[in-house]
Amino acid sequence: MDLFTLVSLILIIAMLIAAVVAAEIKDLLSAAIAMGIVSLIVSILFYILQAPDVAITEASIGAGLSLAIMIFAIKHTERWEK
Amino acid sequence: MIPYYYLASVALIVIGIYIVIAKKNLIKIIIGLDMMDTGVNLLLISIGYVKGGTAPIENGNYTLYVDPIPQALVLTAIVIGVSVMALALSIVIGLYKNTGSLELDEIRRERK
Amino acid sequence: MKRILGGVIAVLIFIVLALAFVHIPFGNIDLAEYHYYNPVDNEHTQDSVPQHYLDEGKKETGSTNIVTAVVVDYRGFDTLGEVTVLFLASTGVGSIMYIFEKEKRRKVRRANAVVETASKLLFGFIILFGAYIFVHGHLTPGGGFPGGAVIASSFLLLYLAYPRFHAEHKNLNIAESLAGLTFVGVGILGLFLAGYFLYNFLPFGLPTYLFSAGVIPVIYVAVGVKVGSELTGIVDAMMGVRE
Repeated sequence: MDLFTLVSLILIIAMLIAAVVAAEIKDLLSAAIAMGIVSLIVSILFYILQAPDVAITEASIGAGLSLAIMIFAIKHTERWEK
Repeated sequence: MIPYYYLASVALIVIGIYIVIAKKNLIKIIIGLDMMDTGVNLLLISIGYVKGGTAPIENGNYTLYVDPIPQALVLTAIVIGVSVMALALSIVIGLYKNTGSLELDEIRRERK
Repeated sequence: MKRILGGVIAVLIFIVLALAFVHIPFGNIDLAEYHYYNPVDNEHTQDSVPQHYLDEGKKETGSTNIVTAVVVDYRGFDTLGEVTVLFLASTGVGSIMYIFEKEKRRKVRRANAVVETASKLLFGFIILFGAYIFVHGHLTPGGGFPGGAVIASSFLLLYLAYPRFHAEHKNLNIAESLAGLTFVGVGILGLFLAGYFLYNFLPFGLPTYLFSAGVIPVIYVAVGVKVGSELTGIVDAMMGVRE
């Protein structure tokens, strides 16, 4: 198992854990933050897969702006899922 | 060798589909749609990967590059994804201001 | 009930997709093997599409970054469509959130002095970094889309630090319209000068220099300003209720 495989597998497992947390948690704010973590790890995976353009875009939009927009929306509505 | 990148992105897509089917909270459903978007982007980029290749920026030192076409596709898809997500969230906010709830069941009950 | 149904459907979809994608080799593809099949002449061309972009892209467009060459030059018309979709989504968010804007007055609490001063200091540098990303789009990773996002996130910082701050809508509209007009104008200029919409009519210059690659930097600056002002408009609309 080389370094590429090892780093990729660790990041992928962390990403899937964050995705399951985003799916199951009742607190919508925590779900949005878990979604931001998924986006951040995916941007690192893009960098590992030799796509730096996409990695910059995903890091600034997926983990930054999209999380902020979702938190604004939660602020205008409710925080807890019933 | 198992192509674990494909399995990971398929798993992201499937978790997104599960959220859309099983959850009733509208913001949760939008989180699921966003997750499906991310999964599709990861799938496209990993299909274009070439082992030992470098990023397609030619400065004369390398000869083997990864596929540039999926990267160009995903670059614009991410920006479109976030703007469409903002549109969906603004519709959800409007629905909340009119019905006072985010749960699909309660919204449906209110309409009857 | 719905959870079990959703779980069963999800597992079925996972099995089908995994069986489909497990046969695609990961990383072992040879880009030169994807021959383009021409149905008119019934022949396979020698050059595959990605290999053609990689081999000839620098010569044909003058851009060092091949992803930029594909986004702006080879498929520039597609990018124009994407920017239009972005404009429509931004307009939609603005028009939906406008209805709820004057509903209630929000109690605003000022952030402390450290946050206000630091964000005022950082704002200029983040804008400069965004401009750097989209000006050097044809040389280094980056380009109009991430650069515009970085500019929008600098405005997001101001929105978070100053609760009463809001970007002037008129200025955002002017920046967005000018950027869109530049994009379409460059395209129409190419139509008149060379006969093709979005033709790269300027001289290419030396590769890896800032002033190279013809119209690609011009279009990417326009895309960067447009994406930046539109995402700022979305953030402004989602920030919502204020007096």
